Amino acid sequence: MPQMIIANRLRDGAVVFLAPGEAWEPSIAAGALIDDAAEATRLMAVAKRHEEECQVIDPQLIEVEIADGARRPTAIREAIRAFGPTVRTDLTEV
Amino acid sequence: MYRYDEFDARFVKERVAQFRRQVKRRLGGELTEDQFRPLRLMNGLYLQLHAYMLRINVPYGTLSSKQMRKFAYLARTYDRNYGHFTTRQNLQFNWIKLEQVPDILEHLAEVEVTSIQSSGNCVRNITSDQYAGRAKDELADPRVYCELLRQYSFLHPEFSYLPRKFKIAVTGSPNDRAAVAVHDIGLRMHENEQGEVGFEVLVGGGLGRTPYIGQTIRKWLAPQHLLSYVESILRVYNVHGRRDNIHKARIKIIVNQMGIDKYRALVDEDWEYTKDGALRVPEEEIARINAYFAPPQYEQLADETELLAKLRAGDRAFDRWVRGNVVEHKVPGYAIVNLSLKAPGKAPGDITADKMDAVADLADRYSMGEIRVSHRQNLVFVDVKQSELYELWHKLAALELATPNLGLLSDIICCPGLDFCALANARSIPIAQDISRAFTDLDELQKIGQFTINISGCMNACGHHHVGHIGILGVDKRGQEFFQLTLGGSSDQHASLGDRLGPGLPQAGVPAAIRKIVDTYLVIREHDERFLDTYRRVGIEPFKTAVYGDESQAA
Repeated sequence: MPQMIIANRLRDGAVVFLAPGEAWEPSIAAGALIDDAAEATRLMAVAKRHEEECQVIDPQLIEVEIADGARRPTAIREAIRAFGPTVRTDLTEV
Repeated sequence: MYRYDEFDARFVKERVAQFRRQVKRRLGGELTEDQFRPLRLMNGLYLQLHAYMLRINVPYGTLSSKQMRKFAYLARTYDRNYGHFTTRQNLQFNWIKLEQVPDILEHLAEVEVTSIQSSGNCVRNITSDQYAGRAKDELADPRVYCELLRQYSFLHPEFSYLPRKFKIAVTGSPNDRAAVAVHDIGLRMHENEQGEVGFEVLVGGGLGRTPYIGQTIRKWLAPQHLLSYVESILRVYNVHGRRDNIHKARIKIIVNQMGIDKYRALVDEDWEYTKDGALRVPEEEIARINAYFAPPQYEQLADETELLAKLRAGDRAFDRWVRGNVVEHKVPGYAIVNLSLKAPGKAPGDITADKMDAVADLADRYSMGEIRVSHRQNLVFVDVKQSELYELWHKLAALELATPNLGLLSDIICCPGLDFCALANARSIPIAQDISRAFTDLDELQKIGQFTINISGCMNACGHHHVGHIGILGVDKRGQEFFQLTLGGSSDQHASLGDRLGPGLPQAGVPAAIRKIVDTYLVIREHDERFLDTYRRVGIEPFKTAVYGDESQAA
């Protein structure tokens, strides 16, 4: 199962995904998909460095599944982080 | 209510400026998260699933209309147009940006509101009866003593690094609406044999992973000894409380481990030194704080018995609302009005910015500009003229704040849960919504009678599920959300912890289970027994059988 790296952005607490080019993107679609262990290790080191540099907080590797081209974290908690609260869908549009 | 004096105002201003500098250093990379976390927690700032969450103190649940309008402004400007009232009478904003927090705190300081000590290992917001100062069944206004304790514990250097959080609640009425029996310290005002008003002191109550009902450490405490005695309780806790394990660090653990008699002996030993020293509260000080809570100038009115009877006879919906949500006031001609934040399908305790403004306007027009927050996540107007009830009701109904369900099944207490909270195992709000939508028939709700449902998304029990007539606890079982029910809890003066009904149910099964429990109750209840009374009389078996059948099913 592919993985991604998720974190909270320091300045506003927003959920972000590590993307190509060592950027952090709020949209799961823009994040980097990780297919092997070596890449996971390398990118987590990048994420940890960004944490030390006070860009993000608590980066984590999470599993995602891909269905109909759309990515979805497999854990409920991470899915709620990626897509917003299930009870107030109006809140995810700022 | 209490008003800041010059000292308070200056202090809070300096504190905000200090936090502004701390945020700047954090954003500039000079402070790590580990260094910054205790600093932000002392200002009530959490990092949750989607954003930062700011918890704002509403001392003893009392707000002015001006403060409510400021909340509305903050909700619009810095959040997503709403706020959430909690089970400790506080307000939470869920969508806060760290970089904007110093500005938010400055705005709050303008209206004498802070978030200081709303989190962290210190004495938290001291909560009380939402009808304080107005209830007919009250001995004295408990908020005077809440304020005394608040001033005492605010940034107290000895108690700023307790083993864990510390929660105090005070009731001035024998009918405990403040859940004092499940607080670290609970204070119950009552008269001794000489007719003097003082406090029964309970210690070691609490919910969470290991719930306990508080035990009486002292039967009667004189008001002038309140601070010195509470200090001794805190000091003994500070010394003996565990710091090795976050799940064993509350005072309830150590009180139950060493026993109440031993704990009392240690407290009394410490108290000997301080009892009549600097912390003895002079009469003038109590009188000074009492003055802040002086009741407003009431008009000389009579009860509107005839008028209300006529209006109620002519309007069934109004009759239902008066019966459900309006409570007797100690002053003739006045009434206490509950505003329900529990319309069907709503997230309990949530209120939009527009409604906050509307509530502020109505408070000014109908209730002397004051609003109360209940730990049951509703709002209260405590000084409404009976002659204006009908007019007010129409306006509240238009705002969806008049659902006549106070204390009934759909008046659900619910934590934010996994939709928002980093600690949660399961979502709680959808359960509350499903149940409230399954029970919208007002006649049925009234027939069922007094019925509390409390929902927590994890064992931390912020929804107080242990003390609900029905408690619902969300758990994670192999990555799936399941819900364990407990029956027979109560948070009033006859407090009890609920009993586990059986294995966890899937989300879709919860409303049906509630329905089965209710149907069973309606069949076996005697006279006008509440559900809680029926449960205490017959035990869990009939309800277990109703929900799980004759054989328990594994979840």
